[in-house]
Amino acid sequence: MSKFVLIICFLATALSVPARAAETLYQQLGAKPGITRIVDNALTLYFTDPRLHDDFDNINRDWLAPRFVAFICHVTDGPCIYKGRPMAAAHKGLHINQARFNAVVEDLQIAMNQAGIPFRMQNRLLARLAPMERDIVTR
Amino acid sequence: MFMPFCRGALAQDSGRLLATSGVSEIDGAAGGGLAPWAVITGYGTRDQIGGNIHGTFADTSDFLLGSAGASLGLYDRLELSYAHDWFDTGAAGARLGLGRGYQFHLDVAGAKLRLLGDVVYDQDSWLPEISVGTQFKAADKHAVLNAIGARSPDGVDFYLAATKLFLSESLLLDATIRATKANQFGLLGFGGDRNRGYSAEFEGSAALLLSRKLAVGVEIRTKPDNLGFASEQPAYDVFAAYFLNKHLSAALAFLSLGTIARQGEQNGIYLSLQTGF
Repeated sequence: MSKFVLIICFLATALSVPARAAETLYQQLGAKPGITRIVDNALTLYFTDPRLHDDFDNINRDWLAPRFVAFICHVTDGPCIYKGRPMAAAHKGLHINQARFNAVVEDLQIAMNQAGIPFRMQNRLLARLAPMERDIVTR
Repeated sequence: MFMPFCRGALAQDSGRLLATSGVSEIDGAAGGGLAPWAVITGYGTRDQIGGNIHGTFADTSDFLLGSAGASLGLYDRLELSYAHDWFDTGAAGARLGLGRGYQFHLDVAGAKLRLLGDVVYDQDSWLPEISVGTQFKAADKHAVLNAIGARSPDGVDFYLAATKLFLSESLLLDATIRATKANQFGLLGFGGDRNRGYSAEFEGSAALLLSRKLAVGVEIRTKPDNLGFASEQPAYDVFAAYFLNKHLSAALAFLSLGTIARQGEQNGIYLSLQTGF
């Protein structure tokens, strides 16, 4: 029993390590250069992922990239104003299902791995994007 | 015209994110090793079917425990599961007058319905994923169960599970309330001379996600204490679960089941292997 208590205490301590409080998630992700690298990695994966072939086939990467960067910058409290359409409007009529939404998430995780973003920081970004499933998945 | 549809359908199996299937609980439901979670087994999204097969072994101080089973997840809404558990008394069987290596068996058929919430997407609210479930359990060795004071070899459990992923903290918490009459998960029958009715029991899990593939955590499962013949205590475990991919995962745990059949504290190792989609 005491062993279990020890391990619970260990886990609690591991959990309570504070994040660098003053920094925004935008700064933690490496600001504009860091986010640009993540987006660039992600788009490379999106445009070659057979699961996403139908979604990205007719999209111009050069058009999408700066909007994607601005969106992530905005979502992570960076100094950007996202001027694109809201997620619901941007994905209306695309019949995106949960599997394709999750494929985009998985590729983004790989992209963040490639960019050297630690797993727990990755999850802080994903936590902000996850609720958008309700606007993006329409099928 | 149908080609893109077919290609899409084939490419989009196992559409949920890695590790969101959980592992197989000892009764066969998707969850931790001891507690069923609100998540539906397998990796099917709301448009897909998922499934899982598990084999679990626990080697405690005096006993060997095993569980094998299969589960089917329908459209991330309904889970159907079956598990066969066995409990080998080893040398303790001789001490109990049953014979060395005497075995108890338990069949568990389960169903779980997801009511509301999504464990991954609901990151902007405190709402957990919430499911209700039931497990029909039937033990063998009726004469022995009767002799130790169990009221019935069969029982039905009901549970409510709430599972919340705090993704920004990489932390998953589950709380499950179970109404049950089971003695030692049902392996020693249902109800007893001390209490014949249902008890409300608590099962909880806390897991820290260390990577997309690896989670570590702790679990507790309280149990009724129905039999005058031998008292029962809560079960605990400390686990690591590794998800190689959506088709293969393993859980390793240090397990404490409390005392069983007057044979002292049953602590040991728990290993579970799962394959699914």
